[in-house]
Order: sequence, then structure tokens, then C-alpha cells
Amino acid sequence: MAHPHQQKLKISGSVVITANRLADGVVIHRTSEGQWSENLAGAQILLTADEALAALKAAQADGLIAVGPYVARVEATPTAKPGNLREKIRTEGPTFPLPSDAPVAYLPNEVGKVAA
Amino acid sequence: MYVYDEFDRTFIAERAAQFRDQVARRLSGEVTEDEFKPLRLMNGVYLQLHAYMLRIAIPYGTLSSNQLRKIAEIGRVYDRGYGHFTTRQNIQFNWIKLSDMPDVLVSLAEAGLHAIQTSGNCIRNITTDQWAGVAPDEIEDPRFWAEVLRQWSSLHPEFTFLPRKFKIAITAAPHDRAAIKVHDVGLRLVRNDAGEVGFQVLVGGGLGRSPFIGKLLRDFLPKEHLISYLEAILRTYNAHGRRDNIYKARIKILVHEIGVEKLKADVEKEWERIRDGYLKLDDAFLADIRSRFIYPAYETLEDEPEGLKRALAADARFATWHRNSVAPHKAPGYGIVTVSLKPIGKPPGDATSGQLDALADLADTYSAGEIRVGHEQNLVLPHVRQQDLYALWQKLDAAGLATPNVNLISDSITCPGLDYCSLANARSIPIATAIAERFADHDKARSVGRLHLNISGCINACGHHHVGHIGILGVEKNDREFYQITLGGKADEDARFGDLLGPAIPYEEVVDTIERIVNRYLDLRQSETELFVDTVKRLGVEPFKEALHAVH
Ligand code: HEM
Ligand code: SF4
Repeated sequence: MAHPHQQKLKISGSVVITANRLADGVVIHRTSEGQWSENLAGAQILLTADEALAALKAAQADGLIAVGPYVARVEATPTAKPGNLREKIRTEGPTFPLPSDAPVAYLPNEVGKVAA
Repeated sequence: MYVYDEFDRTFIAERAAQFRDQVARRLSGEVTEDEFKPLRLMNGVYLQLHAYMLRIAIPYGTLSSNQLRKIAEIGRVYDRGYGHFTTRQNIQFNWIKLSDMPDVLVSLAEAGLHAIQTSGNCIRNITTDQWAGVAPDEIEDPRFWAEVLRQWSSLHPEFTFLPRKFKIAITAAPHDRAAIKVHDVGLRLVRNDAGEVGFQVLVGGGLGRSPFIGKLLRDFLPKEHLISYLEAILRTYNAHGRRDNIYKARIKILVHEIGVEKLKADVEKEWERIRDGYLKLDDAFLADIRSRFIYPAYETLEDEPEGLKRALAADARFATWHRNSVAPHKAPGYGIVTVSLKPIGKPPGDATSGQLDALADLADTYSAGEIRVGHEQNLVLPHVRQQDLYALWQKLDAAGLATPNVNLISDSITCPGLDYCSLANARSIPIATAIAERFADHDKARSVGRLHLNISGCINACGHHHVGHIGILGVEKNDREFYQITLGGKADEDARFGDLLGPAIPYEEVVDTIERIVNRYLDLRQSETELFVDTVKRLGVEPFKEALHAVH
């Protein structure tokens, strides 16, 4: 893989710079002030490849906060919403209730339903 | 159980302290991510979609009840109260903070647990039959040899930076429950014509993007040469394995490119040089390791005690579970209990801290304090008196751990997929739970019989999809989840890869399609005893193709 600095960026539509936070792995996104936010809606929306590349480079210099920054497609409506399933899962978590010792928390919805 | 010696205990504690220092230096900026990544991987720490993941080694899948309690505690204190058992007999936690990792490793070390060599390009956790030491059909306990290998491979200085990861599995029974044919090296304990016990050595098996079945490297390797021979294999691989292309770096590609005969010639040449040196296993060393394996003192008991017979006759749910989840034990009057971690509708292979604590208690009461992890992502209580089975079942049932679906379609091997994994193309867990829910009626599932359904969320094949009777592989098309289906794979002594049924289908169609495939099988099978995989073997995938298309 090309080093990110040499990557030619092709983007279509809106993107953000996203990463995981170094200390705990939590998903974070780069804001227009050059900070990082857990909230995707607070992310800076970038529209051109040049803008995105510049923001990515700046993010890569933030190695003490953000691990593995990359460019992710979003929908701008007008704040950023996940642009694909992967980003949706990064934002909202796994698509099923997590196992829990509190039984009511995740009773399967179709238990007992018999296949026709 | 195996009792670790002082060397192991000191070493694990030192390693945890070393990692604390490495994490501190990363967090303070003294080391960069590029420098840190190999260090964290050497300690089992990955970065996933939402968080760090920690993979903890469970050598040859054997745990004491105290170790299981420790794992439950880690889940409760540092994670979100559950863990995920993997096909390589390890456990993974999905939500641990990097800044907590050093404390986690210190805490694990208190119970003799660690995460060393669970990741990175080294010799990984040696896996084996989850019934090792109790299976009636085995030649001897393969864990003894897995322990010899563990000691040899742990931090082996020469093999810390191999071209790629290296996985070894070992079995001692004719029926292979450890999937040795899809490992870099597969070992089978065998008896030769003279009645001596030694190893059959297979090499170059593996799954992933280029799946290969392991090839026979040596028919019979005398026991005392196990380590010297493996050293010769690893040395040959280390010298000749490809480092230019990560996808071609496993030993299976070397075997494929140079042929097993050439590899054998190279290995045996190296082996001739070292076989009678210090790596030759001497009796005193072997006796010491053997003495550290402590077996329960089995009572003299009869098979099928009266109490069991009465309970089986009186309680149909118990009888169903018993038929499904209890296997014969080598000691009369005992049974091997598989604890399904595939409750209908829940993520396969996951267990909560509460369940693990409950199991630890049950292991103490009913199974000599011992628990095993199997590659199908279930747990095993290996030493249960048959007269205790009914009481045990009632308690398992209360803890949600008595789903009678072992080896049935809902007992799927499932990788974390796109819900957790940063490499995934598509989700695995929701597919698995939806299929399980479709076949939630255990009577229907039982009438279908043994059917291994394996799901991977990408070509890396962590979910063993190639060797599932039904294999499901997640692929991505234009940002949408699609799934390829293969039929007829097997992971046992007759291991083979499934054949592709046809073009990939979208997420929404998978469950209906699987049900049509199963219904097609019910129509096509010659008798109720012909297993799904045997019908596919007899007829090929052709007659199943119509299942890909809904009949409107
Ligand atoms: C969630 C984080 C995981 C990551 C990043 C990951 C990564 C990978 C990669 C890159 C490969 C391909 C290696 C190769 O072909 O050279 C692989 C293979 C494999 N992994 Fe995972 N894996 C993960 C989780 C798991 C889990 C949960 C399991 C068990 C359920 C597992 C078991 C395996 C197995 C059995 C293989 C294929 C066997 C082989 O190496 O040939 N992995 N994994
Ligand atoms: S098969 Fe792919 S998606 Fe599944 S855990 Fe492995 S790397 Fe992740």
C-alpha cells in the first residue's frame, strides 16, 4: 500500500477524517478547529481531494491522540452522517444487542418461531 | 490440568511489566504507532472498529475454574461484561482500553494467563482436541505434546519474526476434532507397525484467501524428535518463505510453489544436522512435563446409572440435551459435556461474565475444576459423573447454557465480521443469529441432523467458511453486503473445501436461501441417516442451485 502521504485521493461527495483515539480506541472525527470529536455530527465535512488530503496530513501529525486516521465518506445532511455500513457501525456500535447478564436486555425476537 | 512452574509464572509477570512500560512510552509519545504496533501485537492487542481488542491465549484449550473466573472478572472490570471464544481456542475481549491493558495483563498473570503470541508473525497458540485426555478413541493425551511445543515455541528467539503467522494443531484420535489439515503444521499421534507411538506430520494447510489442505510431510516421526523436526520445518520456512508479499507469506504458499517433496528434502537435510543434538527430547524432561498434568482421581463407576436412566425417562428436555451434548468418556460412569455457546438469537461463541462464573462453579462441583474450549467456539466440561448429569443440566439450563444444538445448523462457527472487525466486508453475527432463529425449533434442526454452518465476514476465513458443510463468505459489492455460499466442506480427517453454489446473494436473501438449501437436502437425501454433507458429496452442488433462486 502506498504511504498515506503519497496516496492520490479520489473522493466523490462529502468526506470526513476519522480515526480511533489512542488511549481507549474510541472512534473520533476531526473537527474544523483541528480538534477531535466523538460526535460525527461535529466533524469537518470536506468536499475536495485537496482539502481532504491536507486535513489527513494534519491528522497524521496528531499521533498522540488519533490512531490510523483515514478519509471516510459521509452524507452531509447538513451535518455528517455515516456514508456506509462500516461507518454506521463505527458510529453506532454493533448492529445487535450486546450480550448481557441482564436477560431482558436482549431476548431474541424470533425465538420459538418455527420454520415453515 | 497442567501446573505451571516458577519459570513460567515469573516470565509472565515480567512480560506484563514490560508491556506496561511500552504502553506508557506510546501514550507519552516516546514511541510512534508504527513502532508500537508490533509490540502490542506481540501481546495480543489489536485495534478494531470501535476499540482495542485483546486476545488471551488458552494453551491447548484447557482452563481451570480459577482461570475462567479471572476471565469473567476481566470482562466485568475492564470490558462490557462478555468475551468471545475463537476457533483457535482463545478468548477475545472487544472493548478494553489501551491504557488499561497493562493492568489487565498483570491481573491475568495472577491466574497464569497471558496474551503472548496470540498475534504477530510467530508460532501461535498450539491447539488440540477439546476432548484431549478424556476421549475414548485417542492414543494418548495430545496436550502433553502441545505443552512440549508450547515450551519450545514460547519466545523462541529465532522464530519471533517469521514471514507470517504459524499455526500448529495436534490430535491423537482417528477422528480429527482439531482441524489439523487446515493448519500450517498438523500433527497426528499414530502407532506404527511396531506399536510405537509417534507423529504423522502434515504441512501447508490453511484457509484465508488461498486455502490449502495440509500435505503429508512425514508418515512417522519418533516422539523424541518432535522438537528437532519442527525446528527444521520452521528454519526452512523462515529461510525460504516469502517476505515480499503478505498474501504469499504463509508456509502453504511455499509448499505450493516448491512442492512438498522439495520442502521435505530441505527439512530433512536440516533435521539430519540437528536431530541428535540438544533438541532431542530426553526422558527426564518428558517425565517432568507429564508429572505436571494432573488428572482427576476417577471413581469406579458404572455406565448408565439408575438415576440417569430415571431422569432421562422422566424429563424429555433433559433427554434431548443429553442425546445432543453428552459424549462417551474414557472412564466408565463419566461423560464429556459440551456446553453450547450458541443460544438461539445470540452471538455465537460469546459468553457473559455471569455465565463464565456460573460455569466455573459448575466445573468445580461437577468437572474436577476443569473447562475446555473447542474450535467450534463451544466449551466443554470434561469430567462429569453420569449420575450428576441431570443436576448439572438443570443448572446449565438456568444459566442459559443448555441449548441442545451441538453440531446442528445453529451451532455455527462465526467470526466477528463487520460488527467488530476492521478487515471485514460484511457482517457475520446477524447472519448466524438469523439462521439460528429460523431453525430455532430444535426438532426440525434435529431432523436435519449434523450440519456445520461456518461464516466469515471476509476472505481471511477466521470463521472457517471453506470447511463448513455450508460455508458463507461475506463480500462487498458497491458498498452492500453480499454472501457467497459453498457446500460440502469438511474440517475433519476427510477435510475438503466446499464448492461454490453460484453468484453471491444480498444480505436479505441469505436466511431464505439457506432454508431452501436445507429443504432441498431433506428432499434429496436417501435416508434419514444420510448427512447433509454426504448428500452434497453424492450429488454435487448442482441440484442445490435452484435454492439460490426464490420460487415465486
Ligand atoms: C477480530 C479480529 C481479527 C483479525 C484482525 C483477524 C485477522 C486475520 C487475518 C488477517 C487472517 C488471514 C491470515 C492469512 O491468511 O495469512 C486471519 C485468519 C484466521 N483467523 Fe483471524 N482475525 C480476527 C479474529 C479472529 C477470530 C475471532 C477468530 C476465531 C473465530 C480467528 C481465527 C482465524 C482463523 C482460524 C484463521 C484462518 C486460518 C489460517 O490462518 O489459515 N480470527 N485472521
Ligand atoms: S474473517 Fe475477516 S471479517 Fe471475519 S474476523 Fe477474520 S478478518 Fe475479520
